[in-house]
Amino acid sequence: MIDLSAIDLARIQFAFTVSFHIIFPAITIGLASYLAVLEGTWLRTRNPVYLTLCKFWMKIFAVNFAMGVVSGIVMAYQFGTNWSGFSTVAGSVTGPLLTYEVLTAFFLEAGFLGVMLFGWNKVTERTHFVATCLVAIGTLVSMTWILASNSWMQTPQGHEIVDGIVVPVDWFEIIFNPSFPYRLVHMGLAAFLCTALLVAATGAYHLLKNQYQVESRKMVMMALWMLAIVAPLQALVGDHHGLNTLQHQPIKVAAMEGHWHAAEEGEGVPLVLFAWPDNDAETNHFAVEIPHLASLILTHSFDGDIPALMSVPAADRPNVALVFWSFRVMVALGIAMIALAWIGLWLRRQGTLFEKTGFLKLLVCMGPSGLVALLAGWFVTEVGRQPWVVYGVLRTMEASSAHSAQTMSISLICFVVGYLAIFGLGIFYLIRLLGKGPELSNNTPTSAQRPARPLSAVNDLID
Amino acid sequence: MGLDLVTTWTLIIGFGLMMYVLLDGFDLGIGLLFLGVRDKHDRDLMVNSVAPVWDGNETWLVLGGAGLMAAFPLAYSVILEALYVPLLIMLFGLILRGVAFEFRFKAIAQHQGIWDVLFCVGSLLATFFQGAAMGAVIQGFAVENHQYVGGAWDWLNGFSILTGFSLLPAYALLGSTWLLIKTEGDLYKKMRHYSRHLLVWLGFAMIALLLITPFLTESLRERWLTLPNFFYMSFVPMLGLMLFTWLYYVIRFSDWEKWPFAITLALLGTAYFTLITSLWPNIIPPNITIYEAAAPQSSLRFALWGVLIIVPIILGYTFWSYHVFRGKVRDTEGYH
Repeated sequence: MIDLSAIDLARIQFAFTVSFHIIFPAITIGLASYLAVLEGTWLRTRNPVYLTLCKFWMKIFAVNFAMGVVSGIVMAYQFGTNWSGFSTVAGSVTGPLLTYEVLTAFFLEAGFLGVMLFGWNKVTERTHFVATCLVAIGTLVSMTWILASNSWMQTPQGHEIVDGIVVPVDWFEIIFNPSFPYRLVHMGLAAFLCTALLVAATGAYHLLKNQYQVESRKMVMMALWMLAIVAPLQALVGDHHGLNTLQHQPIKVAAMEGHWHAAEEGEGVPLVLFAWPDNDAETNHFAVEIPHLASLILTHSFDGDIPALMSVPAADRPNVALVFWSFRVMVALGIAMIALAWIGLWLRRQGTLFEKTGFLKLLVCMGPSGLVALLAGWFVTEVGRQPWVVYGVLRTMEASSAHSAQTMSISLICFVVGYLAIFGLGIFYLIRLLGKGPELSNNTPTSAQRPARPLSAVNDLID
Repeated sequence: MGLDLVTTWTLIIGFGLMMYVLLDGFDLGIGLLFLGVRDKHDRDLMVNSVAPVWDGNETWLVLGGAGLMAAFPLAYSVILEALYVPLLIMLFGLILRGVAFEFRFKAIAQHQGIWDVLFCVGSLLATFFQGAAMGAVIQGFAVENHQYVGGAWDWLNGFSILTGFSLLPAYALLGSTWLLIKTEGDLYKKMRHYSRHLLVWLGFAMIALLLITPFLTESLRERWLTLPNFFYMSFVPMLGLMLFTWLYYVIRFSDWEKWPFAITLALLGTAYFTLITSLWPNIIPPNITIYEAAAPQSSLRFALWGVLIIVPIILGYTFWSYHVFRGKVRDTEGYH
């Protein structure tokens, strides 16, 4: 039986609830923009396929958004319930940032969501489109604030410590901290990739079932173009993000690379392809390495060295195996996405894309891969920050509330059981909706727009 | 005491939480009323009447949490740590309730009944434990050196159970009077009938709370039971009594559709105001004041700009959204 302390349990609880939560906003961010594009394209071209797709994905969006909201409220309160030390010390920075997120983003999303979902016959087409765009903007603004807050925890600046409490000095420096631009772009592109893969998988599924041909082809092609452009871009951004991390959190990069010992003169840092890093033995087991490659990637020189894990005390190192493997999962999936998109476009050029069942099946299988890569990426950056909660300022040990291990165990079990049941069912419903496909009955612009008009006019009269 | 940053922030958070109680109150109330409405069609109408707005209503709770962390980090950490258990159950209630909104229309046929039950159960849990948490705040927390030193179950006692139960008729009444605006026919008649009974229960609850609260703690006794405080403190409850009487009359003898909801809002507003004045200026009763718990000035000032500029805009488009969905709900505007 593993003996877990209250702090371990609090960390597991946070990791569990935030991992569950992030899935929904990631899809929300990507899907909201996709909806705006679909509706805009429909208004411009009047091609009914865009309206059909827009209404179809709006249903998915509604379910997904609700799960994101309710799992997010838990996060907003968990900082206080489980991490009172963190809130007392650093709430003066993260609190205002979170407040701005609520004010500029959450209200915007929620305020116009109603009109977007239920207002098709209540407002003009133009107003409805504006509502959809505002929801999309809200999701992007929301991402910006929360990543400013998270990035400040990674690379804090613009504050001073007075009586053990963080006091903000320069908000511009706090928000535009060194890792913020990289993390923001990296996460934004990740959300788009997650959504594109989901859209591609849905289209491919229906093509395999030989239904909704027009809609499905449109979905697959829109998604493949998105992937073909954004996935390589993401690799580039990720590389720069890594270099930024090397500059500000070198031990995190050392953990990502499994780099324990400083390199000898002329030895360079090898790229470890496979290994089992062992925190206790302070070494890698079963390592398979390519000499000098990490030096080339990280320092752009053949023999360049990076700070090694051994250069700091054991108490200042993260769980190396977890960071190391999460990083590899993310990179491998990223490469797979690039390959997938380019092969897909090449098949399209050949004119055989929609007949290649093998490739369509691959698209379906890759549907959740974006989310897996996203979670893996967050594991790298969050576990890699340990043992700090605010890097170099506040240790995770000092940040938690004083609950007993017993209280924490019970609440953790409740969270695991509750989340798996509720969100498990929710995801099941989502997949079922995706499998059912768009409703074609009201896909012509005339039937979708006109019959309800007189009714809403009647409503207005009664009012 | 002028209108300094700390006082301003207290008013902002007080305003945010009041918006939450009043707005999410009526959609939680819809869930509570599921207990008395069995017909599937009626239930669909009830849910549709709040479907476009409940997200926005719940956002005020997130603002309350975020604003508290921004302006009073100490209060945020101490109160939330002390209320770990009731808040966790409340959050689970809100989760159940929130997903049920979507799931009950999208679940496979056999599941739909279950989501109706969970919609109701979620609303019950969220309401009761919000009330219980409020009761615990009124009684105060054991704090030493800016840290909560009490146990996980300190919040649970007779008074917090009473406040938990008291909030049920309050939210249910908000829900039933909201439905007076949004429904017609048999459902409307049923809601008028319920409103009357709920109001009576709410009256009992309010009187009980009003009689017990002044005797709870030393500082509450001083606030209420000394002269001339007693007269000042009684003023708003007296106003509440007048509103109560008017509301009873309107529900019982008029066929006004919009006023019962409006008067209910005002009535609960007086109760909320009385609560705030009982505790002022403490934010962690019995003795940590808003000034002690406040964040650094730079945090307060930075976040204040956002509130002053953006909240009016939020109120504007929230109002617009309610305006778009005004009038009675009908089948033709079914969910999706």
